[in-house]
Amino acid sequence: MKNMFIQGNEACALGAINAGARFYAGYPISPVNELSEFCSQELPKLGGIYIQMEDEIGGIAAVIGASLGGMKAFTATSGPGFSLMQENLGYAVMAEVPLVLIHVQRYGLGTGVATKPGQQDMLQARWGTHGDHPIIALVPSTVQECFDLTVQAFNLAERFSSPVLLLTDAAIAHLRERVIIKDAEELNIINRKTPSVSPDEYLPYAPDEKGIPTLAPYGGRHILRVTGLFHDERGYSTSNPEKCRKLLERLHNKILNHQKELPPPKYYGKDGAEIILISYGISARSAREAVERGIKKGINMGMINLQTVWPFPEEHILNLCNKAEKIFVVELNMGQITGEIQKILKGQAEVIPILRYDTNVITPSEILDKIESVVK
Amino acid sequence: MLGIPDSYSDYVAWEQLPHLWCAGCGHGIILKGIILSLGELDIPPHKALLASGIGCSGRAGDYVACHRFQGTHGRSLAFATGIAAAQPDLTIVALLGDGDAGAIGGNHLIHATRRNINITTVITNNYNYGMTGGQFSPLTPENSITSTSRSGKTESIMDVCSLVAEAGANYVARTTVYHVGEMHKFFKEAISTKGFSLVEVISPCPTYYGRYNKIGNSPEMLNWLKEKAIPLEKYNSLSQEEKQNFVWRGKLIQRSREDFISKYKKQQSAVK
Repeated sequence: MKNMFIQGNEACALGAINAGARFYAGYPISPVNELSEFCSQELPKLGGIYIQMEDEIGGIAAVIGASLGGMKAFTATSGPGFSLMQENLGYAVMAEVPLVLIHVQRYGLGTGVATKPGQQDMLQARWGTHGDHPIIALVPSTVQECFDLTVQAFNLAERFSSPVLLLTDAAIAHLRERVIIKDAEELNIINRKTPSVSPDEYLPYAPDEKGIPTLAPYGGRHILRVTGLFHDERGYSTSNPEKCRKLLERLHNKILNHQKELPPPKYYGKDGAEIILISYGISARSAREAVERGIKKGINMGMINLQTVWPFPEEHILNLCNKAEKIFVVELNMGQITGEIQKILKGQAEVIPILRYDTNVITPSEILDKIESVVK
Repeated sequence: MLGIPDSYSDYVAWEQLPHLWCAGCGHGIILKGIILSLGELDIPPHKALLASGIGCSGRAGDYVACHRFQGTHGRSLAFATGIAAAQPDLTIVALLGDGDAGAIGGNHLIHATRRNINITTVITNNYNYGMTGGQFSPLTPENSITSTSRSGKTESIMDVCSLVAEAGANYVARTTVYHVGEMHKFFKEAISTKGFSLVEVISPCPTYYGRYNKIGNSPEMLNWLKEKAIPLEKYNSLSQEEKQNFVWRGKLIQRSREDFISKYKKQQSAVK
């Protein structure tokens, strides 16, 4: 264990390495570069590999290949690069390939403003690739969480045999804070399952009791067959309606039926508060400060800090908001998560967005001013 | 010369047959050539991986019993770059179509070659996108009639062999499914070459290309390939004008640049 004063990008890279990742492939893009540079220097020292691919499409493709070859593998990118990765991200969901994709969100749309923060890709993270699909996405709001949730992301990727997204932003990526970095031996690490049957009996896509396949790495006697087409348990393509429906349902249920294993939201402030703020990522830092100031002023308020954003932690939010009358959602976009909250609350409380989308992070004063103007 | 090795059966997913390819298609001949080569080179099925893409050739993975990877359209070499890094002892054969390799995957092809990834790429060039109805690809000859060039293809042809030779491949050859002995020899040489190797195999698509261009059915198309594809030396001796009527076959390049992973590991251990 060591105490370090580092930025979010470095904390993510250290989290990946201490979780056992030894393969990184990607394409240079701001504001991610400290992360990939760190990997290019540190991975080889551990026998790992850094490959700078020709584009982000190739970056995530190489990561999928390395993961199927048995390595823990990851990539990192931002806005335009995340768009390019969508096709193969869907492939990884379909083929159930464990990997971690770190998306350092920058101020978005088009090529945006490359060095400024945003949280404008929250719904793209959920729905960016085509077809019905589940996805796991985590959102750190401190540099410590950049490390901790990256470790968790690798564990969840192996546990669910699925890609996992880690959504940071340009502000948290470059923010420097004191972080406790646990060594690999001090962390609970989940590694890939190995087949319990002989090579003759092995079916790569036969699910276990939790709905998870056992993907033996390429190159072993257990023959691995992988395709992005709908496939049977042997890994050969199929268009059989019954098999297609069952596979699609299994892909969803393997995650949705085990949501309790995903990092729950953190709650700060008064229990059973009438006024609740919901936020995540860098915005949650300002929201938390606003709550502390508000409580000092005598406002009965609390705050939900999301750690998992997809699948949406509906049950947790409904439980934490059961006495709330007004819910303020704080985010750096035009209301992407606000819409999700309105959807699940179905009018049981008033949902008021506090949004900023001008390249700057939102401040505690702005948040508190807005709350006070509504509550009075 | 074309003896069937005893291990041939071990590579074939017999229960998956019959295959979906049209009667007269050349893809089966190419797949069999790859499997025979693996068998003759004593590479067991668990040490071999067939990486295919999308389109008719992409379905080849459904018929093999060795490791199989089928990627998204055009990206197979990028996926295989990661597989080769994680499993350097695996023999990877990437089987791509002409659209796969030349159009949507052109960038990955150039860079997998330039990096010198230890992969053998086989391009099944049937001069069109067969799976989607016979549209022209970059590898379709100029002026060809296809479903999207009814009055002739305007664009010029892409010479994928020259491209990868220039990009740094360790082995480049071209032949046709008619010249099956030569194809077989090239496959074995390519698989035995460390680093990036590529064999382009021109293959008949009687369903679309043969019909649209009034070449005829598969036997006529095979005869057409027999006459059109001439040895490289002979082709080089022709005038620029005469060359327009032929396509060369033969070995374009063979060399031994160090492959990516070997060089990378060496460089990194020198720094440590």
